[in-house]
Amino acid sequence: MASSSQPQRLPTGGRINRSVPLRFTFDGKSFTGYAGDTLAAALLANGIDVIGRSFKYHRPRGIVGHGAEEPNAMVQLGEGADALPALPATQIELFEGLVASSVTGWPSPRFDLAGAVGAFGRLLPPGFYYKTFMWPRKLWRHYEKLISRGAGMGRVHPEPDPGYYDKMNQHCDVLVIGAGPAGLAAARAAMASGARVIIADERSELGGSLLAETSLIDGRPAAEWLETALDELAVSNNLLLLPRTTVFGYGDHNFLTLLERRSDHLGSGGKKYAGRRLHRVRATRVVLATGAIERPLVFANNDRPGVMLTASVSHYINRFGVAPGRRMVLVTTNDHAYRTALDWHRAGRKVVAVVDTRVEAGGALVEEVERKGIKVLRGHAVIEARGRHRVNGALVAPINADGTAVAGPVRKLDCDLIASSGGWSPVIHLSSHTGVRPHWNEEIAGFVPGETGAGMSSAGAAAGTWSLAGCFAEGAAAGKAAAEQAGFSAKDFEPVTPRVNEHPETQQQALFMLPHTRRNSRAPKQFVDMQLDVTAAGIEMASAEGYRSIEHLKRYTALGLGTDQGKLGNINGMAILARSLGQTVPETGTTVFRPPYTPVAMGAIAGRDIDALFDPERYTAMHRWHEGNGAKFENVGQWKRPWYYPGPGESMHEAVNRECLAVRNRVGIMDVSTLGKIDIQGPDAAEFINRIYTNAFLKLAPGKCRYGLMLKEDGMIFDDGVTACLGENHYLMTTTTGGAAAVYAWLERWHQTEWPELDVFLASATDHWATAAVVGPYARKVVEQVCGGIDFSQESFKFMDWRNGTAAGVPARVFRISFSGELSFEINVAAHHGRHLWETLMQAGADYGITPYGTEAMHVLRAEKGYIIAGQDTDGSRTPGDMNMEWVVGWKKAFSFIGRRSLQREDCRRDDRKQFVGLETLEPETVIPEGAQIVSDPNQEVPMDMEGHVTSSYYSATLKRSIALAMVRRGLDRMGDIVYCPLADGRVIAARITGSVFYDPKGERQNA
Amino acid sequence: MLLIACPYCGESRGEEEFSYGGEAHIARPPDPDSLTDEAWGDYLFFRKNTCGVHHEIWFHAAGCRRYFNMSRDTVNQEVLETYRIGGQPRFTTQNSKR
Repeated sequence: MASSSQPQRLPTGGRINRSVPLRFTFDGKSFTGYAGDTLAAALLANGIDVIGRSFKYHRPRGIVGHGAEEPNAMVQLGEGADALPALPATQIELFEGLVASSVTGWPSPRFDLAGAVGAFGRLLPPGFYYKTFMWPRKLWRHYEKLISRGAGMGRVHPEPDPGYYDKMNQHCDVLVIGAGPAGLAAARAAMASGARVIIADERSELGGSLLAETSLIDGRPAAEWLETALDELAVSNNLLLLPRTTVFGYGDHNFLTLLERRSDHLGSGGKKYAGRRLHRVRATRVVLATGAIERPLVFANNDRPGVMLTASVSHYINRFGVAPGRRMVLVTTNDHAYRTALDWHRAGRKVVAVVDTRVEAGGALVEEVERKGIKVLRGHAVIEARGRHRVNGALVAPINADGTAVAGPVRKLDCDLIASSGGWSPVIHLSSHTGVRPHWNEEIAGFVPGETGAGMSSAGAAAGTWSLAGCFAEGAAAGKAAAEQAGFSAKDFEPVTPRVNEHPETQQQALFMLPHTRRNSRAPKQFVDMQLDVTAAGIEMASAEGYRSIEHLKRYTALGLGTDQGKLGNINGMAILARSLGQTVPETGTTVFRPPYTPVAMGAIAGRDIDALFDPERYTAMHRWHEGNGAKFENVGQWKRPWYYPGPGESMHEAVNRECLAVRNRVGIMDVSTLGKIDIQGPDAAEFINRIYTNAFLKLAPGKCRYGLMLKEDGMIFDDGVTACLGENHYLMTTTTGGAAAVYAWLERWHQTEWPELDVFLASATDHWATAAVVGPYARKVVEQVCGGIDFSQESFKFMDWRNGTAAGVPARVFRISFSGELSFEINVAAHHGRHLWETLMQAGADYGITPYGTEAMHVLRAEKGYIIAGQDTDGSRTPGDMNMEWVVGWKKAFSFIGRRSLQREDCRRDDRKQFVGLETLEPETVIPEGAQIVSDPNQEVPMDMEGHVTSSYYSATLKRSIALAMVRRGLDRMGDIVYCPLADGRVIAARITGSVFYDPKGERQNA
Repeated sequence: MLLIACPYCGESRGEEEFSYGGEAHIARPPDPDSLTDEAWGDYLFFRKNTCGVHHEIWFHAAGCRRYFNMSRDTVNQEVLETYRIGGQPRFTTQNSKR
């Protein structure tokens, strides 16, 4: 029978479906569990004690908790590219065929080599990152590899994740986080007013603590009551129920991020669904009903498999029908944990003793436990666990009243389970995300959310209210208030608080660490943060070394830095630091919790914004032609631009040389549709442009174009382009392809914020036009055939003119402008005519050998002419003077154009600024890598005096040599000097400083 | 993520639609050339680092493409008001409840 293979499974009880056995594999061995199990429950049912190995000391570790707090039982779910690394087994739902493996321990968690040798931990004292491994620096990368492999938190598969993720935006009036008693009551109350409610809970089943509750509610078992309550909710149409959904981040203005695990529990059957969905929720009000996490007590060897939280023991019994042991010793500071003794007893297992740290433990729960004949040791503590791979005993001793010292003889109790409870910590992480500082509540010895702003409230155990009746009442009040604050009237709704027969509880003892007969540094290790192996002695050592701030201690010892964010260990760590500093816990303070609450797969954050959907791609009207003609593409901003058009068997270098020579000797054609185009109109358009550009624009006549240079207010070059006067009060400004959006926003800003009085209108026209540049000595011959209504003679259509007419039979604007120094016409037609224009030009140019060319050839051609590319040759710290472009600065303009005043600042007038020059390598075939540094003396000792750097560098087929553009200190005064570029590979390239114009310095060709 | 009410669109929208434009109410000096280097440097480079209510410019980049002003509490991220260019803030660190 299945149960015989599950030795720890109780014969009855739990919310599992025993008629649906499920087979699963853990670390290569096959096991059976039931539908409704978590992987942790199924492993416990099968008696698997050791799930992994610890981070530093490689000690065997087992399951401690039952939810998000689990520090030890991290496993990898699945195999291959869609495996999920490092999930807590307590949060994995069992399905048929589940495959999981331990992420720690080598070769296996039970026989871990490093743990067996025991040598690793001694290398790793607290603060080991800072102490041991910072010296010698060169060895750090080796240490790091060693630590990562030794620690092991799963492996990310090198293949792309085939999983399917998506995102949804949600809006609601009230978001209730947590579907336990407080959360359910809050949702019911909020919905009664008509508010739209979302309720999210990280577990597979809604109900929170009610899933394992043994008290009667309204005279019925809790499970029955829960079922009715959920049925009522399910029929509502203003409620979105999100089980298996973790609220992992709480951002500004009630913007919360939720991760829904939609198909993990379906195994391979779920592959066709979006496996994980990110909900981006904007909520008018948020009710935090996130509950509380039990706090373990710190004692020697408290990390041994078989040491668990009392609440988790009850959870496994009541929810899963699993008793994780035979003989239990329970150690507690409070009444609540006595419920677990009753559960264990009811399960037919032996409670060896309840060890209560309080001398005067009393109250109804204590009495009921004693009535069952269970031994209660008052004023005692478990001071040490015995056993290695599994607890086999507990050392128990009387302690003094404040729990700081052992006060009597030690004895050993035989047991295989130690359940411990040091009280409860409200889950305040999400309120902490918003910057709310936690407040110490003396009564519960824990932090609760402090002063929350409008928009958020907390209820139930999250607010430090433990009793079930209290949680119901507080939740209902919080839900009603939230709906009212969101603008709904809940006047008529009087929440009916269910009657609960629960035992009143007496005051707990504020005790975090149990004493030992030896001092902490000599006692067996007492673990505070199990995931990162932080011990009480380690915290004391850090404190002795001067780490008195909790924030420093956290970084030094790694307390709470694990994937579990110290959900179990943080408060204990703070308490131990407080004690060693002679302070209270609130004086010591707490660290700040940051998102995410639990780890989130990167795929869920990316969603479908990957591959082609990562960023929009922009194509010109001629794109398909380029594709069809073998173009290689280059990304320029979001645009795909033809880079070069390789012929059969042609290398990039050969193709670019061919394209360049075609332009210089015959005719080339380039798609320049991507240049930014801004249409500027209005009576003050000229004045506006005149203020933006460095040079004069007031007198630009219709039919004329002018180059313009744009500075930021700090005097540094921002963008450039040609602006045409289209008519009275009408201009078309072009920008660089990559700068178009920024320039448009820049113009809008000046107009809207500084000069609203200027009567001017701006509109982006980039996508409205398709533009083909026909460039080279035969350009006129080609365009004349294609265009109509334009006189192309040199006398009537001069360089820097533009004309209206037709091209390929459609309306066109033709600009005679040049970025290559050749005779050049840029023909603009409505975008949808773009390909038609292009193909007509190709046909017309066939007799002249018209050659399409891409951005690489364009770069070479413009570099031969010394034309700058803003953003390549400039870098946001170059003035017009630096670029030898004083000619474009209109000092005499009446208006102090943007950037003018800054050009007169002392720093901009320094005579040792770097200046824009050309470089010719002494070996004509050697091309200097772009970005190379320039020095005057290559034999100088390192660090050398850096004299400048290379901004553009190409092989020029026209000049049959390599050319480069560079910024060199005082470069314009150093014509003919030899400088050197020392490269990382050891080569040194020598070059001569020249002017930046290599070809046709008089500019005769473009005027031909 | 902030929720921002654009004073031109009149609707509250997510921060993703907007971009930040730095401190508001810094007028360009009418005659830059008459300023000392120091005074010009102050205009150009020096900004408040406010703990409390900060007046700043935002741009509804993926919306109406209008620039506007915002009073934002830098401590708790509360947006106290948004107002059009040319308007004056009602909230300051002194008169807000903080």
